[in-house]
Amino acid sequence: MSLKSTLHDLKEKYKGKKMAPAFNAIHTFLYTPNETTHSGGHVKGADDLKRTMNTVIMALVPVLLFSMFNAGYQHYAAVDAANGIIRKVSLFENFLTGENFWIGVIKVLPLLIVSYGVGLIVEFIFAVIKGHEVEEGYLVTGMLVPLIVPIDTPLWMLAIAVVFGVVIGKEVFGGTGMNILNPALTIRAFLFFAYPTWMSGDKVWVYDAVNMAGKPDAISGETILGYLAQGKVSEITYSVSDMFFGFIPGSVGETSTFLILLGGLFLIFSKIASWRIMVSAVIGALVMGVIFNGVVDAGWITETSKFYGLMSFTFWKHLIVGGLAFGIVYMATDPVTGSQTNKGKWFYGFFIGFISVMIRVFNPAYPEGVFLAILLMNVFAPTIDHYVIRGNVNKRLKRLKNATAVATGNKSEKLKAETV
Amino acid sequence: MSKDIRIKKGLNINLVGKAELATSKAPASNVYVLNLQDFHGITPKMLVKEGAEVKAGQALFYNKNHEAMVFVSPVSGELVEIKRGDRRRILSLKILADKTQEQIEHTVPNLNNASASEIKAILLKSGCWPFVKQRPYDVIANPEVTPKAIFVSGYASAPLAADLDYVLKGKESELQAAISAVAKLTPGKVHVSYGGSNSPMSNLKGVELHKVSGPHPSGLVGTLINKVDPINKGELVWVITPQDLIIIGELLLTGKFNAERTVALAGSSVKKPQYYTTKIGSEIATFLYASGVNGEKFRVINGDVLTGSKSKQDGNLGYYNNVVTAIPEGDDYEFFGWNKPIFNKISTTRALTFSWLNPKKKYDLTTNTNGEHRAFVVTGQYEEVFPLDIYPMQLLKACMVKDLDEMEQLGLYEVAPEDFSLTEFICISKQPHQQIIREGLDLLQKEIG
Repeated sequence: MSLKSTLHDLKEKYKGKKMAPAFNAIHTFLYTPNETTHSGGHVKGADDLKRTMNTVIMALVPVLLFSMFNAGYQHYAAVDAANGIIRKVSLFENFLTGENFWIGVIKVLPLLIVSYGVGLIVEFIFAVIKGHEVEEGYLVTGMLVPLIVPIDTPLWMLAIAVVFGVVIGKEVFGGTGMNILNPALTIRAFLFFAYPTWMSGDKVWVYDAVNMAGKPDAISGETILGYLAQGKVSEITYSVSDMFFGFIPGSVGETSTFLILLGGLFLIFSKIASWRIMVSAVIGALVMGVIFNGVVDAGWITETSKFYGLMSFTFWKHLIVGGLAFGIVYMATDPVTGSQTNKGKWFYGFFIGFISVMIRVFNPAYPEGVFLAILLMNVFAPTIDHYVIRGNVNKRLKRLKNATAVATGNKSEKLKAETV
Repeated sequence: MSKDIRIKKGLNINLVGKAELATSKAPASNVYVLNLQDFHGITPKMLVKEGAEVKAGQALFYNKNHEAMVFVSPVSGELVEIKRGDRRRILSLKILADKTQEQIEHTVPNLNNASASEIKAILLKSGCWPFVKQRPYDVIANPEVTPKAIFVSGYASAPLAADLDYVLKGKESELQAAISAVAKLTPGKVHVSYGGSNSPMSNLKGVELHKVSGPHPSGLVGTLINKVDPINKGELVWVITPQDLIIIGELLLTGKFNAERTVALAGSSVKKPQYYTTKIGSEIATFLYASGVNGEKFRVINGDVLTGSKSKQDGNLGYYNNVVTAIPEGDDYEFFGWNKPIFNKISTTRALTFSWLNPKKKYDLTTNTNGEHRAFVVTGQYEEVFPLDIYPMQLLKACMVKDLDEMEQLGLYEVAPEDFSLTEFICISKQPHQQIIREGLDLLQKEIG
C-alpha cells in the first residue's frame, strides 16, 4: 500500500472526529487534497494559501542563513575589538566560516525551533477546539519572529511571547485573516514592553555580551542607531557597504539590507507582496529623513541637542540601518493587517516609513521605530480603507442623484407641456 | 455608429478542447427534462397533470407570482414524471417525446405597429418571457416593471464558450425581429455588444452598438452594463442572450416556439469537440457520445467551466445553455503540490507558477480545487481580473455578514454571480464567490424587493 492510499484511508477514518484538523494539517502538508469543486466555477487557479506563505518563507531563507553567520561574526568581531583588534570584514576569510555558523546553530536555530514549535502547538490546539482547519498564517509569523528579536533573547521569554502573540494577537479575533495587528509584531511588542532590559541597550545585540558585562574582557554590542542616539557619531566604525550588506550588529535578521532587497524584489515579482506598500514606505522614510536633515541644516537645533545625532544622520542611510528595510518588505506588506485597497496601500505605506523615522529620532529609550510604526498603522489601516471605499460609495450615490435629477427633470418638462 | 469598450483587467483561461467550427445534427433524444433550478426564484404551479399529452410550445406550468408567465414544453410528448423534492417542491419535469411532433401556433401581431403591451402578451403567452432576465438580482424579469434599458452581449469571452459569430450566422432576421420587438418595451436604449467586425450583431438596426475587446470578462453582460450605464438603486435593466433572442425572433416571425439551438460541445474530455443542433432539455448523452469521450472520470458541465452547473452524464441540456463542457475530475492527491513549481495550471501570480511565461498556451485543467478553503487573506488580487468599478472583496464580505446597507452601497445591485466567476477562479482562499453573491442577492431581494 502506498503512502498516498494509506493517508487517504486514515483521513476517511478520522473524518468528523475531533482530531481531524490536526491530522489534515499534516496530510495536506504532504499532499494537496483530493477535493473537487462543488459550487460555482468548476476549475480553480493553481495558487493556494500554502503556496503564498511558502513564497514568503523562500524570500526569508537567505536572510535567515546570513543572520546565522552574522551572529558568529559579530561575536568574534566584538571579542577582537575588546582586545584592541579592529576586524575588516571579508566574505570568505572571516565571515562564511564554520565557527561563525556554529554560533548561528546554537543561538539562532533554537529561536526558530521554539518560535515554530510553540506557535504551531497553539494553532493546532485552537484548530481542534474550534473545529476548523489549521490555517497557514503562522508559517510566516514563525519565521519572522526569530529574525526580529535580539540574539540573546532567552528561549522561555520567546515562548511566553509567542503564546501571547498568537492567542491575543490572532486567535481571539478569529484566527488567520481576522487579526487586526501583525502577530509577529505583537510578539515583538510584548517582549519589548515586558522585558525592556533584554530588548534594548548596548549588550543584547551580540552573542554573550550580556554574560561578559562587567568582566575585564567585556565586549560591546551597540547598534549604529544606539551610537547615534547617544551622540557618539565618531565611534561608528562601520562603512556604508557594511551597513548595506549587513555586517553590523542588530536584531537577528534585520541587518542585511542587500538580501532583504533581493527578497523584496522576489516578492514583488511573484506578485505575493504589494509593491505599492514597499515603494510608498521607502518614500515616506526618505521624506521624513530629508525634513530632519533640513532642520539640522537650518540650524534650528545644535549639536548639544540629544536629537542631533539621529537628526543629522544622512536621510537615505536610515534605510540601511536598523530594522526599517526588514519591516517594510516583510511586515508592512502583511495583507491581513495592512490596508486592503490599492489606493489605501499608498497612504498606509507612506505613513509607515514616515512615522518609523520620526519615532527613531524622538524615542529616547529605544532608537528604533519601525515595529511601533507598523503596529500603529495596522490600527489605522481600516480607517484608511474606510475613506477609500467611501469614495467609491459616494461616486455611486452621486450617480444615483444625477439619474433621479434627470428623471424628475423629464417629468417636470412633461408636466409643463401638459399645462401649456 | 458603435462605441469601443476596451477591457484591460481580466484573464483569458485558455483550455484544451475548443469546439471546431462544424455543426452536426444531434441524434434524436427520447426524453426531455426541464430542470426547475434553471429558473431561480420561480415557484411553479403546474398546468398539466402527470401522464398528460402536451404539444411543443404548450404551457406546462406558470409562475405563482405572475400567472401570465408560463413555461412551455420544448417538444410534444407525454409528461411522464414530475420529480419532487423536500416539501413537494418540484425539481424537474420529464417528457417522453412523440415520434411525430405537433406544435402550438400563436397568432402574432404585426410587429411594425404592435404596442408594447401586445408584445409583452405574446412573449408571456408563448413561453418566451423566461428568456428575459433582469438586473439587479439576476432573475427572470418582472413583466410589470419597465426597464431603463436592455442589454445584449453578442461576444462570448468565457473559456470554451460557443463562438457566437458562428452560431448566429444566418439568423440575422430572427435577431432583428426580436430586437425590434423588445426595444418597444423600454423607454431607454437597447445596448448590444459584439466582438469581431463580421459579427451578425454588428448589423442590427435600432440599437446602440458597442464593440468590446480584451480578456474575459469582456463578454459578460454585467461588464457591458457597468461600462455603458451602471445600475443605480431603484433602477432595473433587462438582459437577453443572443441564442435566446433567436427563439424569440422565430416565434415573432412564425408564431412557433422552436426550442432548437446550436450547442458547442467542448472540453478536454471530449474526443471530437464540435457544434450540435439540438433542443432545450434534450439528453446530453445523445451528442456527447456521438463525439466520444476520453477517460472514465470526467465531469459534464451544463454551461461553461466558470458558471455552468454540474450535470450527470445522463443529464439534460439546461434551459439557457449553449455550451456543454466535459473536463476530467481531479479527485486525486498531489505530492507536495503546494510548493513544487507548477507548469500545467493557470495562475495570476508568479509564485513558482509559470503560466505567465506563455499566455497563449492551452491548459487541461481538472476540477481539483488545488487547495483548501481558507479565510480571506491576500488582498489586491481580485482587482487585477475585475473590471467593474466595485471593490470585490469588500462586497463579498458585506454579503457574508449580511450587512444590507453595505451591500447596497458597495454596488450589489450592479452585479450577478457570474461577474464574480473570475475572482472565484483565482481566489487563493478558495472561497465560493458566486454562491456568496447569489445568497447576498437573494437576501437583498427578500428584504428590499
